[in-house]
Amino acid sequence: MNDSAPEAIADAPGGVVWALRDAANEATRHLRAVPRSPELLVFSALQPIMFVVLFRYVFGGSIEIPGMSYAQYLVPGIFAQTVLFGSAFTGVGIAEDMSKGFVDRLRSLPISPAAVLLGRTFSDLVRNILTFVIMLGVAFLVDFRFQGGLVRGLAATALLLAFSYSFSWIQALIGLSVKSVEAANSAGFIWMFPLTFVSSAFVQTDKMVSAFRWFAEINPFTIVTNASRALYSGTDPGDTVWQSLLWALGITVVFSTLSVRKFLATSN
Amino acid sequence: MPLVEVSGLTRSFGDTNALAGLDFEVERGTVLGMLGPNGAGKTTAVRILTTLLRPNAGTALIDGINVATEPRRIRTRIGLTGQYAAVDERLTARENLQLIGRFFRMNKADSRERAAELLAKFRLEEAGDRVVSGFSGGMRRRLDISMSLVARPIVLFLDEPTTGLDPRSRMEMWDLIDELTADGMTTLLTTQYLDEADRLADQILVIDHGRGIATGTADELKDRVGGARVSFDVGDAAPEAVLAGIGELRSALGEPFTADGAFVVPVRPGTTAPQVMRSLMSAGIDVVDFELQRPTLDDVFLTLTGRPAEEVVADE
Ligand SMILES: Nc1ncnc2c1ncn2[C@@H]1O[C@H](COP(=O)(O)OP(=O)(O)O)[C@@H](O)[C@H]1O
Ligand SMILES: [Mg+2]
Repeated sequence: MNDSAPEAIADAPGGVVWALRDAANEATRHLRAVPRSPELLVFSALQPIMFVVLFRYVFGGSIEIPGMSYAQYLVPGIFAQTVLFGSAFTGVGIAEDMSKGFVDRLRSLPISPAAVLLGRTFSDLVRNILTFVIMLGVAFLVDFRFQGGLVRGLAATALLLAFSYSFSWIQALIGLSVKSVEAANSAGFIWMFPLTFVSSAFVQTDKMVSAFRWFAEINPFTIVTNASRALYSGTDPGDTVWQSLLWALGITVVFSTLSVRKFLATSN
Repeated sequence: MPLVEVSGLTRSFGDTNALAGLDFEVERGTVLGMLGPNGAGKTTAVRILTTLLRPNAGTALIDGINVATEPRRIRTRIGLTGQYAAVDERLTARENLQLIGRFFRMNKADSRERAAELLAKFRLEEAGDRVVSGFSGGMRRRLDISMSLVARPIVLFLDEPTTGLDPRSRMEMWDLIDELTADGMTTLLTTQYLDEADRLADQILVIDHGRGIATGTADELKDRVGGARVSFDVGDAAPEAVLAGIGELRSALGEPFTADGAFVVPVRPGTTAPQVMRSLMSAGIDVVDFELQRPTLDDVFLTLTGRPAEEVVADE
């Protein structure tokens, strides 16, 4: 077989269309793995399911939310936290590819560097949607409902996913910056605990001590939780929807730029 | 014109000069073995040539194309197999190969066909549809190399292709590289083992502290360290008698000497040692035992740098 005889190779075409195709191929690489280890999906849904049960049945009795049931209040917060935690997959996955030399292989191919990260974040978005579907089933079991109707319910879901997608880019930067998978794991998760707990996700902010309350109220996670909660419940979201979208857009623009630059500069 | 031309390549990381002015060439259809201990700068050189790293100074051309200024054109022409098998463990071997084909802008049918060809060539047909996480080290390496060949590169970079393999997989890998060379592939491989460079490379470049310290064929390098020697245990025979026994072969050999009671003759490996033996026997000298002593990487290093190879590893 004439495998190695030098022959003229066309220079690989570039451009946006090819970059998107590269991204789709890269996303397929990760998505193929999902049905092969379905337990990963179940595990990422397990912790939020536990939270639903704990908060709803253990703390729920002593938490009074005026105007709505605690389940209706709590579930959007858990949804928001779940998809946000799901973004950490991005950083861990990138760190894993780096440590195994796969990133080097990709960087030695004639493909767009942005496509590698785009494919990764996109596949994690799909994975997040799957986790979300599992969560939604559990939420309905604890009497959570799309009280604002299906359209608002879907809009609320899309908003949460858009927000978590933007966080995938923060995680991408973390994954590219750390030296090991373990480090990506810790660095990816640790700051998300205060971010999601010091917020309106589980309890109303007005009963928090003042420093926490101040943070909880400017916390973008509170804003997106409030926006989706209002949409799910059919109440007026006020300014929170467009504020959430602005946050998502801003984070995506800033962190995708930083991540692509970091990717290009890796070890340069 | 050589296919790969490197001159004055320099690269440092902080205070470490990983490459300190490296020069070499690789002729078309040949194998260059870059030989050096851990930390010598081999991987750094490979990473620069495969566009993963920018040099601080110097130039590297592949087929006349400058690696630093036209990385994209370089990437369609090279195959890289890094120091650690870069395969996606969650996919099957076939999926790994098809993915690379798609990245090289092949259509689905072509990438499928190419994957099937390579699975057959690399004896991975049976395992082709199994998930890679269950593969042995040798199978991973084979898949890794086959992934580097999907787009029919004009030059292949193999960074320590046998490090970490068991002896049998190592032999298999050597045979595989031989086959690629027989097909006309131009290869740059790095290794820490003289026997590997000896077996696979047409030209060997010995590097140390980011600099080439010697270049030549395996035989030429061995000659520089004194070449192979045969040490004969001749019992009580007198040195004069032994010398006489060697007879007219003497002119073709290095200067014999005695060491630890044995009679040591520098020889060309394989060719003259049996002749010396026969000549001694027919002169009635009783050869009790003999031993062929080949120079090792340590000998090469000791001679070229005045210090053993291990020491370099130790001061990392
Ligand atoms: N990314 C890096 N950052 C810092 N130092 C590095 C980096 N890569 C290599 N080095 C250093 O450069 C030297 C040469 O490394 P390398 O090229 O990996 O050697 P080899 O492959 O021959 O073992 C070593 O001292 C190594 O520690
Ligand atoms: Mg190395």
